[in-house]
Amino acid sequence: MVKVHLWSGLRTLTGGLECVEVEASTTGQLLAALSLSYPELEPVIESGVSIAIDGRIIATSLTEPVSAENEIFLMQRLKGG
Amino acid sequence: MALDDQKPSGFKFVGTSPDRPDGLDKVTGRARFGADAYAPGMLHGAVVRSPHAHARIVRIDTSKAEALEGVKAVVTRADFVDGLQGEFGFVLENVMAGEKALYDGHAVAAVAASSQLIARDAVKLVEVEYEVLPHVTDVDAAMAENAPVLNDSYADASVPAGHHPNVVRYHDSGHGDVDAGFAEADLVIEDSFKTEATHQGYIEPHACLASLGGDGKGELWCTTQGHWIAQKTCAALVGIDTSQLRVTASEIGGGFGGKTTVFIEPVALALSRKANRPVKIVMTRSEVFRATGPTSSTSMDIKIGMKKDGTITAAQGIFRLQGGAFPGAPMEFSAMCAFAPYSLTNVHQVGYDVISNRPKQAAYRAPGAPMASFAVESVIDELCSQLDLDPIDVRLKNASREGTKASYGPKFERIGLVETLEAAKAHPHYSAPLEPGQGRGISCGFWFNHGGETSVSLALSEDGTCQISVGTPDIGGSRASMALMAAEELGIPYENIRVTIADTATLGYNDVSHGSRVTYASGLATIKAAKDAVGKLCKRAAAKWGIPEDAVYWEDGCAKPSGANAGNFDPMPLAKITKSMGRSGGPISGHFEATPEGAGVSFGTHIVDAEVDPETGKTAVVRYTVIQDAGKAIHPSYVEGQFQGGAAQGIGWALNEEYIYGEDGRLQNSIFLDYRVPVASDLPMIDTVIVEVPNPGHPYGVRGVGETGIVPPLAAIANAVSAAAGVRLRHLPMSPPRILRALKDKG
Repeated sequence: MVKVHLWSGLRTLTGGLECVEVEASTTGQLLAALSLSYPELEPVIESGVSIAIDGRIIATSLTEPVSAENEIFLMQRLKGG
Repeated sequence: MALDDQKPSGFKFVGTSPDRPDGLDKVTGRARFGADAYAPGMLHGAVVRSPHAHARIVRIDTSKAEALEGVKAVVTRADFVDGLQGEFGFVLENVMAGEKALYDGHAVAAVAASSQLIARDAVKLVEVEYEVLPHVTDVDAAMAENAPVLNDSYADASVPAGHHPNVVRYHDSGHGDVDAGFAEADLVIEDSFKTEATHQGYIEPHACLASLGGDGKGELWCTTQGHWIAQKTCAALVGIDTSQLRVTASEIGGGFGGKTTVFIEPVALALSRKANRPVKIVMTRSEVFRATGPTSSTSMDIKIGMKKDGTITAAQGIFRLQGGAFPGAPMEFSAMCAFAPYSLTNVHQVGYDVISNRPKQAAYRAPGAPMASFAVESVIDELCSQLDLDPIDVRLKNASREGTKASYGPKFERIGLVETLEAAKAHPHYSAPLEPGQGRGISCGFWFNHGGETSVSLALSEDGTCQISVGTPDIGGSRASMALMAAEELGIPYENIRVTIADTATLGYNDVSHGSRVTYASGLATIKAAKDAVGKLCKRAAAKWGIPEDAVYWEDGCAKPSGANAGNFDPMPLAKITKSMGRSGGPISGHFEATPEGAGVSFGTHIVDAEVDPETGKTAVVRYTVIQDAGKAIHPSYVEGQFQGGAAQGIGWALNEEYIYGEDGRLQNSIFLDYRVPVASDLPMIDTVIVEVPNPGHPYGVRGVGETGIVPPLAAIANAVSAAAGVRLRHLPMSPPRILRALKDKG
C-alpha cells in the first residue's frame, strides 16, 4: 500500500482523511485508485493534479514508479508564466 | 536523472556568453513579429467590444456592417463551436461573448474587410442592444453577500458551503497547529495587504494572420508562447481537427505568461472561413489592456509569530485573488509559494479564486507568487524591525534546506536558498551606508518551475554543421542556450549550430514556453537529441574502421577508438563523417521526445535601496541587487538578463502599475501614457549574482530562471520604501498618492 498525503482542502472529499492508502505501483495507478476509493476526488484529479515523490514534483506523468517507501503528496497541477 | 551524464572534465561551451543568434535580425528590423505576416488577398479584421462591465446581450444586428462596401465577413458567437466545456469553454466565452458581456472590452462580434479603416468603420455599424447589469471589479466586494452574480454555475466542489457564487475555487493546505505555534511566540503580527492588477506589459501587441478554407484545412501565424496549445485551442473553438491546422510562431516581442492562451486567433480563423480569404488581426494597445489577460488583483491577511531569537513559530495566510470573469486565478500558487522559503512546524494557507467583471486573468511570471511574497515578507520585515533582528539572519535561521518539509507538503530536494542568503549577506550592497531619506529592504522568493511535453529534432549537414528544431518559442534567449548545449555534446563550435523554432507540422507536441521550463526541458531534450546523433556518428566511424560500435567513443567533436585493443585509428572528426553520410547509411539526425519531470525549484534573494520624497510621494529605487539560484547558468548573460527583467517588472508592479477601473466598471488607463511601466531612466543598474546549486533533475544541473526573479521585488521594494518613509506600506502599487496618504495618516 502507498500512503498519499492530500492537501487539507480535500478532507471534505475523503471523509475527513488527510492521508489515505491505496494500492499502486505507478503514478497513473495511484490516481486511478484514488478516484476509485474516493469518488469525490475524481473531479479534482480530472481537472489536473501533480504528485510529489520524495520531494521530486511529477507535474503530469502517469508512469513514474511509486512504492510504500516513498513519501507521496498530491499537489495542485503546476503551471507557470 | 542524475548528474552522472555531465562531462567529468567540465564545460567548454556551456557557461560562456556568445553573441545571441537573433541579435542582427532584431536590431536591423529583419526579425518577423506577429504583425509582419502578409498573404495574397489578405483581409483585415477588427473586433466589436462591449463598453459595459456587465450586460446581457439582447440583440446583435450585423446587417449594416455587412452592407458596407469592402466588408467580407462578420462573425458572432454563432460562428464558433457550441457546447464546449471546461477550459476550452471558458476560453471561447472569453474570445467571443455568448449571452452576456462580462467586462469592459469583452468581444461580442468581429468583422473582416479589405482595409483596416473599413474594418474599423464596420465595427461601429454593428448594432448591439445591451441590458446593463450591476457589476463588481474589486475582489473583496465580489465576495460580499450582496455582490452581483456573474455566473452561478462556475463554483467547483472545493468551495465550502456559504460562500458567494463568485467564489469559484478554494484551496486549504498546511501542517502543524498554528494556534499552538502562535501561543509560543514572543511577538505575533497580523496584517492585511492588497495588490492591484498589473499587465505583463509586453511591447508587441497580439497579432495573427489566419487562413481557413471550407475543407477544414488552416494555417495560422501568430505571436505566442506556445503554438501547439494555440493549435489545439483554436481547432477546438472553430471545430476542425487539430492536425489540419498548422501553426507557426512568429518572433515574439515579450510574453511573460500573457501569450500562453489565445484571444484573436480563433476570431481570425472564423472570419477567414466565412470570407474564404486570409485574415489578419492586430490588437491596438488599448485592446491589449482591456481584453487580454492581466494578473490578478489580491486581498490578503497574514499572521506570523516569532520568538525573540528570530524563530518563526507559526504562519498563516489567506489569499483572495480575483481572476476576471472566469475561474483560474492562481490562488493555489499564492498559497503554496507564500511560506515556501521557511522551515515551519506550524503553517496554514487558504486561497480563494474569485470572479469579477474584469478580463480573464492570464499567467504572469510565477503566477500568484509575487503578491503572496509581498504580504508575507512584509510581515517578516516588520517582525525583524520590532524585535531588532537582522532580516537576513532571521531568514537564514528559518530557511528551507534540503530535507525541510515544505509549507506545501513534501520535503525539498537539493535547493539553494541558504546560498542566496549567504551571498546577500556577503554582498557589499548589504553593508553599504544609506543616505538620509533612504531605506533598505530585502526579500526572499520561491517558484516551482516546470517540465512539460517536449520534442526536439537535430540534423547534421554534410559540411559538419548542425540545425536544431525546437518547439518552444524563444522568449528569453533559448536559441543561444540550445546551441551551447548542443555544441557541448557534439564538440563543434557554437557558431556552427542554427536553432529554429519549428511549426506544429514539424515536431511532436511541445508544451508552452512557460513555467521557466525551456532551458530545462528543451535543453534536456537537445542534449539527449545530440547524444542520439553522437551514437549514430560513432556507429558510422566504427563501420568505417571495421571495429565494434561499442569500441568507439566521442570526444572533442571526434569519434575515437576506445583503447589500444580497439585499433590504432586517427580521431575521425564530425565533418569527416557527415561528408560521406549520404553514402554510408543516409542522413544523420538525433531526436528526443519526453515529458521531463525533474524541474528543480528555485529561490532568490533581493536587496533594494529606495528613497522617498516626502513632499511629492515620489519613490526612486537607487540600488538593486538580485541573487538567485540558476542551478547551472548555460548562457550567463541571458541569465542575468532574466534576473534584471524580473526586477524591472517588479519595480513597476510595486511602484506604479495598476489597472484603474471607474465607477462605471470601465478601464480608465488603457494606454502606456496612463499605465506607467518603468522605463530605463526610472531604473538603477540592477546588479546580479548567479548562485549555482545544481538541479539533480537535469544533466547539467539547470534550474529555470525566468520566473523566480519577479517573486521577491514587490516585498523587497515595499520593505525599502516602508523603511524610507517610516510607515508600513500595505497596498501596491506604492504610487505617490498612496505614499502621501500613508505619510499623512502617520501624522
